[in-house]
Amino acid sequence: MSLINLIRIALKALQRNKLRAFLTMLGIIIGVGSVIAMVAIGQGSKQSIHDQLSNMGTNMITVQPSSNINGGVRIAGSSFQTLTIKDIVALKAGAQYITEVSPAVTSRGQAINGALNWPTTMSGVAPEYLDIRKLTLKDGIAFTQEDVLTSAKVCLIGQTVITNLFPNGENPIGKVIRFGRIPFQIIGTLSPKGFNAFGQDQDDLLIAPYTTVQKRILATIYYSNIYASAASEAVTDQAVTEMTQILRDSHRLRANEDNDFTVRTQQELIATLSSTSGLLTVLLTVVAGISLVIGGIGIMNIMYVSVTERTKEIGLRMSIGARGKDILMQFLMEAVIISITGGVIGVFLGFVSTQVVTLTLGWPTIISESSVVLSFVVCAITGIFFGYYPAQKASRLDPIEALRYE
Amino acid sequence: MTKKILEIKELKREFIMGSETVHALRGISFDVNAGEFVTIMGSSGSGKTTLLNILGCLDKPSIGNYFLDGVDVKSLSRDELAQLRNHKIGFVFQAYNLLPRTTALEDVELPLLYNKEISAADRRDRAIRALEAVKLADRHDHTPSQLSGGQQQRVAIARALVNEPVMILADEATGNLDSRTSYEIMALMQELNTKQGKTIVFVTHEPDIASFSGRTIQLRDGIIQKDSKNENMRSAKEVLAGLPVTEDY
Repeated sequence: MSLINLIRIALKALQRNKLRAFLTMLGIIIGVGSVIAMVAIGQGSKQSIHDQLSNMGTNMITVQPSSNINGGVRIAGSSFQTLTIKDIVALKAGAQYITEVSPAVTSRGQAINGALNWPTTMSGVAPEYLDIRKLTLKDGIAFTQEDVLTSAKVCLIGQTVITNLFPNGENPIGKVIRFGRIPFQIIGTLSPKGFNAFGQDQDDLLIAPYTTVQKRILATIYYSNIYASAASEAVTDQAVTEMTQILRDSHRLRANEDNDFTVRTQQELIATLSSTSGLLTVLLTVVAGISLVIGGIGIMNIMYVSVTERTKEIGLRMSIGARGKDILMQFLMEAVIISITGGVIGVFLGFVSTQVVTLTLGWPTIISESSVVLSFVVCAITGIFFGYYPAQKASRLDPIEALRYE
Repeated sequence: MTKKILEIKELKREFIMGSETVHALRGISFDVNAGEFVTIMGSSGSGKTTLLNILGCLDKPSIGNYFLDGVDVKSLSRDELAQLRNHKIGFVFQAYNLLPRTTALEDVELPLLYNKEISAADRRDRAIRALEAVKLADRHDHTPSQLSGGQQQRVAIARALVNEPVMILADEATGNLDSRTSYEIMALMQELNTKQGKTIVFVTHEPDIASFSGRTIQLRDGIIQKDSKNENMRSAKEVLAGLPVTEDY
């Protein structure tokens, strides 16, 4: 029997009982729809976390002093002072995989503008820091290497600080504020970055040349961090290895000594968060997959009933020349048509419900092609798998008995 | 020489029911020539149904030979039997066996769907001609529920004709119909037999119906009791004309 005839026969058989065909499809529709929607939600949240971190500079590498043992007492890393100008010089001279490097020192304190004051953090950094952290200026200019050399009392100001120190909307550029006791002239404002994934306000800061913060505020020669940019995300690992070696050399550590610093990449963070939401995707997919299986069992159930109910029809078809194979193919085709049609409607439903979720709940969603293709393939397989057994039962009927069946 | 459509030689069929062997057919021999109208009669238990199943290639003999249009049925596989039914036999059943919610035309097309040599256009043409042959040309789009019993049986006959079989095999085809409609069906059968030269084997238990055929084979306890030519074959058309006219169709 030709395929066209086969499809024609199966379609006519389904048309004779549209409501039942639709109800059978419903399991598949919901299954496929939920797979697509759930995977879209999972992927969306994964992507949004990734984006958020990318915004912080995914190729950013951070060096922190690490905890160490001093006479048996472990000392917290942050209070351990190991990072100095020597390291910056060594990194700039020796590293191939990093493009930019900036030291950083931080100081918490009170920013004061006349009668107004606001507790904030001042970061002392090199001009490259803006690039490394993907910070942009909204207005004004950035400080230069010249300012670093002269320990100039200039700063860039974050939006939160502007809001609190200049509540009436006056232009902060050119104004002088005090941080602690030191006056700083504001030369630029930072574009707002909002809160990060951990709830920290990324706009609550002042940025000044690191020399200024080191000499005029903290009176230290050490850095609290070193920030660097890897040439690309792909070479981050090489950059880490390289930096570690350079810093070990610079710190004159012997082979048997532990690092007195830690090199971190954003990738670790991304990997952790991605794996968390990857787990979420897997969980959602499993739940949706279960509903597909239930849909398949629904098909099997109905096909079974259908075979019994249509025993006489099967007998007739056999008597007018249908072979067992033809009957098998007919019922299999019916099951496949049900599951594939259900799949198509399910994909559509998945798209619609994903849009609804995005529009009403504001959740980020990404419909991945793979989830559409996968659920479609699973559908067809479900149809064949669950349709086969009832179809086989139909094909093995004895035409004589089937014709006499009441 | 007239062509033999059916050749049956010493045909036996046994069923094993638990520990007992039931002899449904105990040795039957007869031939049917092309263009004959044969009725097979017999009370229940006479082996009538078993013979019908074998003639219809739904079942195979245990012993003996059955040639349908020169083909030895006994040597065929299940699939080959199905194909033989598709090409050479047209079934008409007591209960019509039309597909529910299917139009007359689609129902008549059905046997041709299982014959891949026939194109869609050809299939439609032949179905339309078959419906014309049973005088239902104006009922193409009617489903079984919209047709009377007699009309349904005529759709079934059209379906049996559509594949141009060598033999129409009717199983109590008038069993569910009142006598007037029965005569109408028999008139149609006679017309197909005489005008189109169709070979018809008609299984019935009503002597009244058998009198419309040219030959009657009487079965009893699995053997042929009587095989007689019907010299004065009645015309169903004339009988129909003699019936009082009723309002309902």
